[in-house]
Amino acid sequence: MMARLSQFRLRGLVFLAIVVFALPLFLSNPFHYGLATQIALIAGAVVGLNLLVGFAGQISLGHAGFFGLGAYFSAIMTGTYGWSAIPALVVGAVVVAIIAWVVGRPILRLKGHYLSMATLAVGFIIAIILNNEREITGGPDGMPVPPFDVFGWELSAFGQYSLFGMDISGDLAWYLFAGVVLLVAVWLAQNLIDSPIGRALRSVHGSEVAASVVGVNTAKYKSLVFVISAVYASVMGALYGHFQGFITPSVASFDFSILLITMVVLGGMGSTIGVIIGAVVLELLPQVLADFQEMEMVLFGLILMLTMIFMPKGLLPTAANFLTKRRSKSAGGDA
Amino acid sequence: MTALVEVNNLSKAFGGVHAVESVSFSVDAGQVYSVIGPNGAGKTTLFNLITGLYTPTSGEVKLHGESIAKLLPNQLAERGMCRTFQQMQICMNMTAIENVMLGRHLTLKSNLLTTLFRLPALTRGEKAAREKAAELMEFVGCGEYLDTEASAMSYGALKRLEIARALAAEPKVVLLDEPAAGLNAVETAALEDLIRKIAEQGITVMLVEHDMKLVMGISDRLLVLNYGRVLAEGTPEQIRANPDVIAAYLGG
Repeated sequence: MMARLSQFRLRGLVFLAIVVFALPLFLSNPFHYGLATQIALIAGAVVGLNLLVGFAGQISLGHAGFFGLGAYFSAIMTGTYGWSAIPALVVGAVVVAIIAWVVGRPILRLKGHYLSMATLAVGFIIAIILNNEREITGGPDGMPVPPFDVFGWELSAFGQYSLFGMDISGDLAWYLFAGVVLLVAVWLAQNLIDSPIGRALRSVHGSEVAASVVGVNTAKYKSLVFVISAVYASVMGALYGHFQGFITPSVASFDFSILLITMVVLGGMGSTIGVIIGAVVLELLPQVLADFQEMEMVLFGLILMLTMIFMPKGLLPTAANFLTKRRSKSAGGDA
Repeated sequence: MTALVEVNNLSKAFGGVHAVESVSFSVDAGQVYSVIGPNGAGKTTLFNLITGLYTPTSGEVKLHGESIAKLLPNQLAERGMCRTFQQMQICMNMTAIENVMLGRHLTLKSNLLTTLFRLPALTRGEKAAREKAAELMEFVGCGEYLDTEASAMSYGALKRLEIARALAAEPKVVLLDEPAAGLNAVETAALEDLIRKIAEQGITVMLVEHDMKLVMGISDRLLVLNYGRVLAEGTPEQIRANPDVIAAYLGG
């Protein structure tokens, strides 16, 4: 089984890498690259959220709060205080980790609806602070974010770069960077899942009592996964800010939290590649539906409802199930 | 012989209901010790008190002479106490062998760094854990299910799987709560063999069970509970001859 799981893990990662690097062949204009970059960064945050929701079975309805904290921390440190982007991102992640640990310790004792309400409140509080601290965050008007820089070398969507002798535009450079970040995020997440720590996390979902009687400190593991998923959100939020060049408190909003969790549920809880598909679908859907103008939200809701009714396990697990069944049927087996 | 598990004047009240009242007994290392009694006698409550799922209203439980009444289940696992449940607790989101490998949790020292970057130390540990888990599944008699999803397994196989998981933690004492419930005669006979084999390895077994034939055959000592109180305690022969026990079971 371990052999099977690790095979599967590599398969998913290889598949994702092929998609990420082949996609530029089909994209033509800066708008497409921009959208793809945005999707990759948000998908990274969703991969982290899936560790908490899909694998450990805990919920967070305030995860955009951590995304927003990461974005604003980097924006303030690089913009106002002139830090370089990487130290800002790393220190921001550490700060968010500490906040998540302090907040998570008490609220993860709650279960089900109560945990939902508590995480919801955490998200709201962060959004309110970002809205109200005008001197630091610019309030509801938002604030500009300097371009991402590495050792004095700037990555801007409007720049021109050369990679291995090829001239590439800033949009493409950002896209490739975001794609690599997503691949690393997936690789780390899959390593985590296929390990003793990952098993302990999944056991918290499967049976907390069973986990505790074989020695799993369930409270510790819940806090751990909460912190890890918050760090994922923070890092992706920081990069998202640099990419957009401008952020508003909407990055920490309730709507965005709900969008993140919907991506997890739609794509398939506990399926790392699945939740990325969820992110892609939910980011692209509004673009496609934009033609229907005022019907957009109605169609959006309808599609979500139908998916949840007919594919409650999410897109990828349902599709995988369907394919396995067909294959065993055509092989004449009944298993 | 020294007492491995010692229970002194243990009581648990749920509101006005005294589920367990002033229960005292001790279990020597290496024994098979069974707790029997009619439905609602407080057997499972007693197990839940011993294994840290409930906090006693009064009284104490000692393991190796250390008071453990206020410890959490995972702290008891660290001290060598593990259990199974009447309402089976299996992680249905995992495969069979992953459930058993979960039992190796305490023996697998892993930190976040080796995990995230999947360093060789982690892969080695996982390989060893898998081998041990496969061995244990063979031992309890569900070796054919290694990579089966737990949710696809039969009830009887899951009961054995739960025992394998408890053994994977290398306990000194294992508490089995109604392991024979829902099993047919053949499966029960196999279970009897299994419990004997566990005891032969020097693991102390505590058992809550309704199947009298099974209990009388394998127990070194028995505790009989009725309405939360100790009705009798002794060897199977003493219990069989005890008039109070006969009255409680047959009425009269």
